[in-house]
Amino acid sequence: MKKKLFFAGAGGQGALAIGQMIAKAAMDEGKEVTWLPSYGPEMRGGTANCTVVVSDRPISCPLINEADMLVVMNLPSLTKFQSMVVPGGTIFINSSLVPISSNRTDVKVVEVPANEIANKLGNDRASNIVMLSAILKETGIVEVETIRHELEKMFSGRKAKFLPANLEALKSYLD
Amino acid sequence: MMSRILMKGNEAFAEAAIRAGVKCYFGYPITPQNEIPEYMSHELPKAGGSFIQAESELAAINMAFGAAASGGRVFISTSSPGIALMQEGIGFIASCEVPVVILNVSRGGPGVGGIQPGQADYFQVTRGGYNGDVRIPVFAPSSIQECADLIYECFDIAEEYRNPVVILADGMLGQMMEPVDLPEARGITPVEKINEKKPWAITGTDNHPGRNVVYSLRLDPQVLENHVHDMFERYAKAEKELVRWSDQGLPDAEIVFVAFGTMSRLCVEAIEILEERGIKAGLIRPISLWPYPEAAFDKIGKNCKVVLSTELSMGQMLVDVKAAAKGRWPVGLINRTGGMVPSSIEIADRAEKALKEAEK
Repeated sequence: MKKKLFFAGAGGQGALAIGQMIAKAAMDEGKEVTWLPSYGPEMRGGTANCTVVVSDRPISCPLINEADMLVVMNLPSLTKFQSMVVPGGTIFINSSLVPISSNRTDVKVVEVPANEIANKLGNDRASNIVMLSAILKETGIVEVETIRHELEKMFSGRKAKFLPANLEALKSYLD
Repeated sequence: MMSRILMKGNEAFAEAAIRAGVKCYFGYPITPQNEIPEYMSHELPKAGGSFIQAESELAAINMAFGAAASGGRVFISTSSPGIALMQEGIGFIASCEVPVVILNVSRGGPGVGGIQPGQADYFQVTRGGYNGDVRIPVFAPSSIQECADLIYECFDIAEEYRNPVVILADGMLGQMMEPVDLPEARGITPVEKINEKKPWAITGTDNHPGRNVVYSLRLDPQVLENHVHDMFERYAKAEKELVRWSDQGLPDAEIVFVAFGTMSRLCVEAIEILEERGIKAGLIRPISLWPYPEAAFDKIGKNCKVVLSTELSMGQMLVDVKAAAKGRWPVGLINRTGGMVPSSIEIADRAEKALKEAEK
């Protein structure tokens, strides 16, 4: 098993964060992983993306030529990266902010109104966790329990007040 | 398995350095290594060490000089133009036989250049911009685990050889995350114990008779020549004992890639792509860039048609590859520069073309 995942969005939308959470969870489940962010003069509102590779075997190359799964949190990310998905792959689109669908007919498209659902839960910033919930339901790439555990570690101490909304967001597509 | 943690290369360098018993870290911010001073600023004091953000790279390297001359384990990190600024200090530290571990998380040059990954500091770190007869051992990791393992060991190497040691990483290694098993914490050597390990260190005269002097100026040419010969005795030992590389597929390979750091990982995937095309390719991955692993080239088999230095520069390691090849095979270059990184497909395509050229 080797899966190549690509997450893209505007800086601050949490695309890099959910990529990292999947990488961490996969590692905790005994897989080999790499997480490679774009870096540069990135800022909130600019573009940001990351590549995650998950495999049963050691991973030679952290860079990918094509993705099995693409997650786009905003429109420029869809336009720019949809061509990198393999035929039969999956594109997750944040339909709250992306008014169009993919032009690809050879891939599965999953539209997730991530911001709408997050808003209903009372925290717009949990939109990435809503997206993560949809990814877990669709792909089962890592166990929900492992992610729940990650969230509990991430939102502890001063940040503990954000945990309930994020746990709710994680449930949005599951149980 | 569960003991592994997911870390950025920069964080792994920093944490492994702390675990190696670093007493002092000096830094000045520069992308793509900023996670290191950030990490050191909050973690090193907890471990009993000292973090100082210097006012410039010049200040940082000279603070490192002073702290290391007084016997502390010293770690310093920067990126390409920062190393350029530190050259004078590095040369002085080497001439004074003081151990310091210096990390270059390199980026595209020349000049202030860009901030994307580069390997065009190869000459800078293996040849240096300092004056005089100086050699600096240079190690190039290619995974986050190796980042942690190498830096942990480099402090011992620097102290054994009483010389600066450089680790050459690149922006991609600094920024990416992989699982890492961290080495155990060794703790900081207490000041009163420093002279047991480092009798030359300037720790004050309370602990021993006489006084130690760390100095660079030797006006008597015979004294200076003797000093350089002393240094080169250690360098000769380094050339025997510090040579490191890994390789794959050399006995059967038609194409042999030579690549270090990030580029070696792209080459591994290019080898898989070439295999699908029915072409056998192999890899020499130098881990020590000085001393250069020339012996690795003796493992190349009879099928080899071309050796390709594959690097993020206009062909700097190429010089060492040609020297190591000793005319036995045609030597070519696959490269991008300025912060551009080729895809594994581009590497495979260019290698296939080079093979066809070589077979003509």
